[in-house]
Amino acid sequence: MHCLKKLEAVVVEMQSGVKGSEQKLNVTTIPHVITGKDVIAWITNKMKSTTEESEAFGTMLVAYGYIYPLQNHRKLVMCNDSSLYRFQTPYFWPTQKWVAEDSDYAIYLAKRNIRKKGLLEPYEQAHYNHLHEWLNHKWDFIVMQATEQYKAGKERRKPDRVVFDCQERAYWIVNKPPRRTHSAMDSGLELLIDPNSDEKIPFDTYRRMNLFYQQAIMSSKVKSSVSLGALNKYVATYKNHDPFLAPCLPSNPWLTDNDSYWTLNMRQVEVPTKMRVERWSFSLFELLRDLRGRDDFKVFLKKEFSGENLAFWEAAEELKWGTASSMTSKAETIFKTFLVPGAPRWINIDGRTMGLTVKGLDHPHRYVLEAAQTHVFLLMKKDTFFRYLKSPVYKEIQKKALNPEAHNFSPAQLEHNAQNRSPGIHPLILWQQAEAEKAKAAAASVPVDVKALMSKLDRIK
Amino acid sequence: MGEMEELRKEMENLKDQITAARKTFQDSTLQEAAAGVTVVGRVQLKTRKTLRGHLAKIYAMHWGTDSTLCVSASQDGKLIVWDTITTNKVNAIPLKSSWVMTCAYAPSGNLVACGGLDNMCSIYNLKGKDGNVKVMRELAAHTGYLSCCRFLSDTEIITSSGDCTCVLWDIETGTQKTVFAGHQGDAMSLGVSPDFKYFISGACDFTAKLWDIREAECRQTFGGHESDINAIGFFPNGNAVITGSDDATCKLYDLRADQELLTYQDSSIMCGVTSLASSKSGRLLLAGHDDFNVNIWDMLKAERVGVLAGHDNRVSCIGVSSDGMACCTGSWDSFLKIWN
Repeated sequence: MHCLKKLEAVVVEMQSGVKGSEQKLNVTTIPHVITGKDVIAWITNKMKSTTEESEAFGTMLVAYGYIYPLQNHRKLVMCNDSSLYRFQTPYFWPTQKWVAEDSDYAIYLAKRNIRKKGLLEPYEQAHYNHLHEWLNHKWDFIVMQATEQYKAGKERRKPDRVVFDCQERAYWIVNKPPRRTHSAMDSGLELLIDPNSDEKIPFDTYRRMNLFYQQAIMSSKVKSSVSLGALNKYVATYKNHDPFLAPCLPSNPWLTDNDSYWTLNMRQVEVPTKMRVERWSFSLFELLRDLRGRDDFKVFLKKEFSGENLAFWEAAEELKWGTASSMTSKAETIFKTFLVPGAPRWINIDGRTMGLTVKGLDHPHRYVLEAAQTHVFLLMKKDTFFRYLKSPVYKEIQKKALNPEAHNFSPAQLEHNAQNRSPGIHPLILWQQAEAEKAKAAAASVPVDVKALMSKLDRIK
Repeated sequence: MGEMEELRKEMENLKDQITAARKTFQDSTLQEAAAGVTVVGRVQLKTRKTLRGHLAKIYAMHWGTDSTLCVSASQDGKLIVWDTITTNKVNAIPLKSSWVMTCAYAPSGNLVACGGLDNMCSIYNLKGKDGNVKVMRELAAHTGYLSCCRFLSDTEIITSSGDCTCVLWDIETGTQKTVFAGHQGDAMSLGVSPDFKYFISGACDFTAKLWDIREAECRQTFGGHESDINAIGFFPNGNAVITGSDDATCKLYDLRADQELLTYQDSSIMCGVTSLASSKSGRLLLAGHDDFNVNIWDMLKAERVGVLAGHDNRVSCIGVSSDGMACCTGSWDSFLKIWN
């Protein structure tokens, strides 16, 4: 893990920075014991952070195994009080390459077994049984190693032995944590492909990479000042629409448990809110993405008798995202309605695109209308969109748009809101409503048969 | 052998040319451009809801496109769809394999997907006829674990895998439509652009790649990180990419200028980034770390403006709802928290 290098640097500094003392624990005196308070104070001082952050950083050091607790050895947290800790010996530090081996764990458990004469904790017993089964072929070796280590340990002085046992136990608690102990070494996944290994790159790969790099050089680039300007502009435009930065009217449902914000901004609402209408003016993409905005745009287009562009765009979207089986029939309908010369809703695109599209429709696939759709989108963006923003339709909806009063709930009212939260509309019902609406729209958008209408008018005359 | 050497030299030469070309287009830094922007000030978000119900580490979560539903996946073998406002569980889906690493919610709200060490992406239909949630498809062809998946629509889904490839699947037939190969390390995460034309993937070879879905090609590659890229996402306007890596930094790359704009790092942050999300306007970047915290960055000024501390274990996933109102974090302590 990459971050361990930085952590180790901090721990080394800390070892000379935090004062340790001797403490009596159980019968033996343990040297170099530090208190949680001192550690956290040192971190706060060094990193100029708040106590909360230092506590989190301290807990992280314990969770990785650089510091271990003496009293409550199963809980890997750093407490900001006089609880006792010790620095773990560098031999047991987590490093980038050393993975805790199962055979080492087996030796450790066997050793504990010998010492405590069969009194392992339940989770350790479970691990032991599992390892005994899995490492059975090595078991003699493991028992032999365990006995050797046990004998070697007995020859040490008691205080050293206690210290070493504590360190070893702490190491294994971090690497094979018992239930409900959160350890940071419990990382789970091993990479399938080791990025550090020297791979033999075949000849062909070099050739392909070179082609890619040549293309990359030739690709058009934009000056970074332009992109930065665009980023800035985007952030500034949306600043008031970001609920994390600006309050939303009438009130943020998460704060007041009152969901009028969501009811006012639903899909099929009659009168939209002012903020929503403002968002429509940001870009054509935003206008079309909000279905209520799209409806308003359709009203404008109907007045101008130029609804075929948007209708074509919508039909192309349906083709792109629809089911594969419906593709041929959709392609045919689109061809008959929009592209055939003299079609009822003929779209005006340049000859070359038209030719390509018609040819592609012989073998329709998902992206066959992509070129035509982009062309139509650009037409709408450069021309129709700006006229819409200046039109009476848009100005009217701007006037009608709601600007709800900000809620001002007293604490008692907030309590009341929390208890009377409405369950909201079940998503299935919303989905059924959307489907019903789509069906209605499909029926209504059947192109008007002018001839039939004319003959009807003649008959009435 | 002589030819290999020549090719290798040519490759190094081309790479140098690209770096030089990028430098000539770098006529301004974000610091200069954002100098006039007002400072955001300390951002303090509080936990509004805690979603309890999982029994083991939560590995992934994803918001639905309406504001209050989200799906989360945990290694207890369950996929839970939550109504975050009432904290009720709308659906609790038992999984065949409990080693799940990712989950996704379709934009239409009809489907959810998940996958993990079983190398498969399983798609579940939430709007089945009799109300039961059943497996609709099992997409199996990867030779490595599934690290991330994202829906394009009800008929297409993109997955990234430990076998270094990303794949675009046709859900109806259950077959691979396109394989995007090119990474040299496990592909760890992916993000789809707001107009659904491109997607980006971050991998353990320390690079992020931009792919054109239609043309099935890699358009751009971004390097600069010193360790595995664990999390990746698009900036809301679709022209920039944010990546988070094990080297404890996040970087902002611009697609049109083809270069790195900014690095978000701090000497007191030492833990790798596991997940990231940006606020609706793109001003704030929320990054979840291995040290159990979430850091909030001001994206234009590259300063830390807040911390979300509340989890007792690594923050494994983070997401901002589509209307930008709330952020949800999921952690290995088996809880999901909603912040606002």
